[in-house]
Amino acid sequence: MSTRLPTLGRLIDRSAPVKFRFNDRHMQGLQGDTLASALLANDQMLVGRSFKYHRPRGIVAYGAEEPNALVNLGHGARLEPNQRATTTELFAGLRATSQNHWPSLEFDIGAINARLSRFLPAGFYYKMFIHPRPLWKHVYEPFIRQSAGLGRAPRRADADRYEHFYHHTDVLVVGGGLAGLQAALTAAQSGARVLVIEQTAHWGGRAPVDVTADPDRSHVNGKPVDTFVEQTLAALRAMDNVTLRTRLMGAGVYDHGYVLGYERLGDHIPDADGPRHRLWRIRARRIITATGAIERPLSFAGNDLPGVMLASAMRDYAVNHAVAAGRRVVVATNNDDAYRTAIVLHDAGIEVVRIVDARPAGGLLTDDARARGIRVETDRAIVRVKGGRRVSKVQIGSQSGTGGALDEVACDAVAMSGGWSPVVHLWSHCGGKLLWDAAGAFFRPDPERPPLGADGAGFVLPAGAANGETDMASVLRDAHAAGCAAAQAVAGTAPDTAAPEAASTPEAPLDPVWLMPRNARADLRAKTWLDFQNDVKVSDVQLAAQEGYESVEHTKRYTTLGMATDQGKLSNINGLAILSDALGQPIPATGTTTFRPPYTPVSMGAIAGEARGPVFQPLRRTPMHGWHAENGAHWEPVGHWRRPYAYPRAGESVHGAVMREVTNTRANLGLLDASTLGKIVVKGPDAGRFLDMLYTNMMSTLKPGRCRYGLMCNENGFLMDDGVVARIDENTFLCHTTTGGADHIHAHMEEWLQTEWWDWKVHVANVTEQYAQIAVVGPKARQVLEKLGGMDVSADKLPFMAWADGTIGGFDCRVFRISFSGELSYEIAVPAGRGMAFWQALVDAGADFGAMPYGTEALHIMRAEKGFIMIGDETDGTVIPQDLGLDWAISRKKADYLGKRAQQRRHMVDPDRWKLVGLETIDGSVLPDGAYAVGSGRNANRQAVTEGRVTSTYHSPTLGRGIAMGLVRGGPDRMGEVLTFPGTDGKIYKARIVDPVFFDKNGDKQNV
Amino acid sequence: MLTLRCPVCGIDADETELSPGGEAHLTRFGPDASDDDFHDYLFTRENPRGVHFERWRHSYGCGKWFHAARCTVTLEVFGTYSAQTTEPPAGIRAVIAEKRPGWSWRGLS
Repeated sequence: MSTRLPTLGRLIDRSAPVKFRFNDRHMQGLQGDTLASALLANDQMLVGRSFKYHRPRGIVAYGAEEPNALVNLGHGARLEPNQRATTTELFAGLRATSQNHWPSLEFDIGAINARLSRFLPAGFYYKMFIHPRPLWKHVYEPFIRQSAGLGRAPRRADADRYEHFYHHTDVLVVGGGLAGLQAALTAAQSGARVLVIEQTAHWGGRAPVDVTADPDRSHVNGKPVDTFVEQTLAALRAMDNVTLRTRLMGAGVYDHGYVLGYERLGDHIPDADGPRHRLWRIRARRIITATGAIERPLSFAGNDLPGVMLASAMRDYAVNHAVAAGRRVVVATNNDDAYRTAIVLHDAGIEVVRIVDARPAGGLLTDDARARGIRVETDRAIVRVKGGRRVSKVQIGSQSGTGGALDEVACDAVAMSGGWSPVVHLWSHCGGKLLWDAAGAFFRPDPERPPLGADGAGFVLPAGAANGETDMASVLRDAHAAGCAAAQAVAGTAPDTAAPEAASTPEAPLDPVWLMPRNARADLRAKTWLDFQNDVKVSDVQLAAQEGYESVEHTKRYTTLGMATDQGKLSNINGLAILSDALGQPIPATGTTTFRPPYTPVSMGAIAGEARGPVFQPLRRTPMHGWHAENGAHWEPVGHWRRPYAYPRAGESVHGAVMREVTNTRANLGLLDASTLGKIVVKGPDAGRFLDMLYTNMMSTLKPGRCRYGLMCNENGFLMDDGVVARIDENTFLCHTTTGGADHIHAHMEEWLQTEWWDWKVHVANVTEQYAQIAVVGPKARQVLEKLGGMDVSADKLPFMAWADGTIGGFDCRVFRISFSGELSYEIAVPAGRGMAFWQALVDAGADFGAMPYGTEALHIMRAEKGFIMIGDETDGTVIPQDLGLDWAISRKKADYLGKRAQQRRHMVDPDRWKLVGLETIDGSVLPDGAYAVGSGRNANRQAVTEGRVTSTYHSPTLGRGIAMGLVRGGPDRMGEVLTFPGTDGKIYKARIVDPVFFDKNGDKQNV
Repeated sequence: MLTLRCPVCGIDADETELSPGGEAHLTRFGPDASDDDFHDYLFTRENPRGVHFERWRHSYGCGKWFHAARCTVTLEVFGTYSAQTTEPPAGIRAVIAEKRPGWSWRGLS
């Protein structure tokens, strides 16, 4: 059983008990515990079930690399799945539940998969669920979905707050262990701004734990390691140019020194004010990665049983939290370091029953262990670990054998160490390359091939264990060198200091051991785990190799090795060693899979930051927005604007309101808030010449005081925007764009002016929000303006397509006599600040004339009744003006305009292009939007031939029937023909091709 | 995420402030162009592994377009310069020649 020890525990406060709940059990830990250490102190070794076989799983590791101890944390609006117990600091009232089992952790139906494991090999899903195809949708997919995923997604909106934080620094040091602190100190001594971040709550890393086993041989500058950590921290804290942060993980390194950091502010104090997590967006000139190393498991049969732990983790729990993982412990190793675990446990009163060393001999630490009376067996391997929900015994055999057991010992915990792998993730994220270090049996950063910054120099400097250094003296020397290199790069000078003197126990070399015993039998290999979370075993990787998988990336995806939430922190090197062996090639020839950010999972909340709810996207409001809201507007999003779609009255449907608004506007008077339409001023001696290039028609001949409808195409010839251009004076034009087009048309103008015609004397300015614009529309439009009084708006003085400045009702305004409805219409612009008052004046004065506001849908119907096109309905980026019968708006006189050459291309002049027509259903019903006209015969893909599609379709209250516009092959030449449109509702619609102008073909209503 | 120095306002701008504008120094072909020339102008782009010239706009800054010369493999930036030129200035070309001897791009070298 696992228990709290009477001694040790450098991080806990024995006088401060903390109550928490795991599943339905009430438990007690101590201040300073992690959830993992507190669970172990309560003898809760079983913490979850594996993904595929539902095998019982215990805590394996001490930190971010933990694959097994994933829990649902919190409840309600604060439930979060897949939280690692090892990185969760304990707090009073914590509630955690285990995952991936039913009905309970102790008894799990899904564990039947483990019995079936020989029928569930690598690639099982790919092989099994292919045939017969009809079964996929109704049997296989629901089954896979049922068994997919770990944990439970929260059902309620997250109750916590998150934020983003921007930080610029000269040097960023990731990792607050010995190497990180030393590198930071050295770099900061040059005066450079230094940010040091540490993912845990504690500084100093693991050195203070390790020296517990051999304090007499370990020192820095002649003092204990703890003292060095304290002094270095104190020195850093005293420097104004240094920022120190704990609980802040370096999540990813990106181009040009961009780093994402993940700070957990509130996870350990859940009721505190302020954000729970903070995403740091850091820009650093140099990044020192002092991210340490992760211990590798050993591969032997039964290495996934609860009670089998990394040797370093067992030591960490003992020294930091005074927790022993078992009472009788077996240590298995291929190196000297694991002996420290045996020594620490032995000295704390735990029985270490065996040290099983795969090597022929160890070093000084081996002697230390033997001197304590611990039984050390060399050239030995663990053949198999036995037990159910907990280790019960271990069989020991020869490392060079196939699995014959020479000995069997009872125990309740196994500590394993397969050597250490530097954490090279951050080095690799942005392209840093790796070297295989044969002595240490690990990949380390290749100093010749770092990730490069904007200046062409490497911007990531690995330091200490992350750089493959193993003993304390070389770690500190390496960190000092990294600090000097960073200082030199950012400050132009390195401090004139020396690296600290340090010493630690010399270690004998390790033996690379990728399988225990070396020639283990098939039945043992099928019980030897590589990836604990995703249930990938040695036999799975060997099978993949046998089936022809040679690339490590393919093998990863086929077997799912390293694809779990721990991203293979424990399994990668062991897995690719097995793969290399199976392929008969050295490990560096196999290489690693790609390291991708984030280093450990980052909460979705932190990524979103403040961008949720109303802050997610800014809303643009016209000056009359409030009035629309008060008057029952049914809103339609148009770009970032909200526009009234219609103004339904009490008891009225939205459709009913639209019909009423159209009818009233055609009979009396309608008011439309047109403020969102883009307004761009184009000014300068070359303004006319510039607009001649931008629009398909001639704008330079437009007279001041007049308006002209224009079309804008891109260089591909496709229609991109339309609108009315007014010439203000000789050098000034005002271009109206669509609502959605204002920003990108302005950008389009800037692009051509800045990058192609930069010598033309033209300025453009987007003045869209400077004006409120109101369309006063209908037979009584002139009457209401005359009632308000002011400028002359008569047909003689202000004819169709003219504009004038003046005052109406005391408001300074600019009146455009233009119409998008076919009615007598004035679009009146006033300064934005006067918009609401002017709107109210029109509403009040209009009451006598039956004025009603109308929305975008009425606008759409009225323009469709007149056959006017709408950008985005009749156009979709593949339509040229000629398709829409707009040849009249294309100048033949101009030598050039954007799109002219493209419109001469062969496909653009093809007579078979689909062209605009009007469509009238035979029975007067409304055609479905987007429906396709089906012709006779089949195309090369054996699909029905299509010959047209509906682009706009409405019920016209004016005509009392459905009207539509569409693009039809050879359409204008096929007037009167009836087309067939199958609807998605199963009905067949028949519609006749007609002229697209349905109403007032001669324009009598607007020219009054 | 790249940083590029905007040559107009002089600041080192994060990529989030910038909009990419594709390949630099295209020659516009208009109404009298041959089919092939016009097709290449519209559609044919360099996709080099190494030295490249690009257009960028400082959209959320000064709003100005500029050119950048950079390496698509290492992301090294050789320099940024005015959009109002039809070819890279001599200074930029000298920097590239020093760092990437023997470079060539669309007939430039």
